[in-house]
Amino acid sequence: MTLALPATEISAKLETQFPGSLVDSSGNTIVVKPESIFQIASFLKNTPGFDFDYLNFITAVDYNTYFEVVYYLVSLEHNHGLILKTRCTNRENPTVPSVVSLWNGANFQEREVYDLMGIKFEGHPNLKRIMLWEGFQGHPLRKDFKLQ
Amino acid sequence: MGIEDISKPYIYPDIELDRTEGEAIEAARKLYKQPIKDPDSWLEEDISRNILLTTVDAIINWSRRSSIWPINSGLACCAFEMIATAASRFDISRFGMEIFRPSPRQADLLIACGTLTWKMAPTYKRIYEQMAEPKWVIAMGSCAISGGLFRHSYSVVPGINMIIPVDIYIPGCPPRPETLLHGIQALQEKIKHQSIAKKKEQS
Repeated sequence: MTLALPATEISAKLETQFPGSLVDSSGNTIVVKPESIFQIASFLKNTPGFDFDYLNFITAVDYNTYFEVVYYLVSLEHNHGLILKTRCTNRENPTVPSVVSLWNGANFQEREVYDLMGIKFEGHPNLKRIMLWEGFQGHPLRKDFKLQ
Repeated sequence: MGIEDISKPYIYPDIELDRTEGEAIEAARKLYKQPIKDPDSWLEEDISRNILLTTVDAIINWSRRSSIWPINSGLACCAFEMIATAASRFDISRFGMEIFRPSPRQADLLIACGTLTWKMAPTYKRIYEQMAEPKWVIAMGSCAISGGLFRHSYSVVPGINMIIPVDIYIPGCPPRPETLLHGIQALQEKIKHQSIAKKKEQS
């Protein structure tokens, strides 16, 4: 069973490394600002002791006022995991840096989030729809998507 | 298997083989003296003295409904009920439609079993158009009938009759194999009353 790391220890370390980039931390969840997600993800992947070498999944949640992108990071070496989140308040053009250059498995997952939720991932090598067809209007998993 | 008798020679001398062959031939000559009667000989006499009368419609419809070959295409979970119907427990072959064809060119019946998404719709329409006439369509399950649970979804076709004409609707989510068999029998009943002659246009 993958051990969930307590967020308080990691958030203290991140606060010294990247001051002012943390929004919230509780349980085993850390919420960071979208502009610093790439640096923090890179730090968590490459720092000995953390070694989050495996990205379990990326998903996104619509909370009406903001979008939340969720990353579940796992270390296969130490068998521990961490939930990393970031929030986009811009509904018109939500943008988050891509983590494909860190974990290749993020490629399709980010495309799926873009397809269904409309969150753009900056730096993604091939950001286009993956489930729905080209020409589909809107992003159907958004709360304000109108059904026929 | 027992232990082989090593006293018996493994390779027989050919004079011994020839003797065995000769014995078998002589035994056959003694046994088979009379020609065996053709088991179908009674049929020929019987038919030669009779006339069978039928209509073109009746014989065409009989042959059509007795050999409906469905296409081997499953859309979603209802396909498993179709597979169960084809398997030995429910045994669709009792009704003359056991041969699931993998090619639409050889199929007569399209069992639309499951949810049809808009992304699949052009392909499914194409499969239907590739089938040779005469062809029939069964909408199996509530998704194929009306979109079912996913009717208002952004990705699901609300009823297969939006894209292809449907002959028989089988309700259920999913329908039991008995229901599918009943639906196919209803289709056979429908074919029974079809006519190749064009009906007069009603004025």
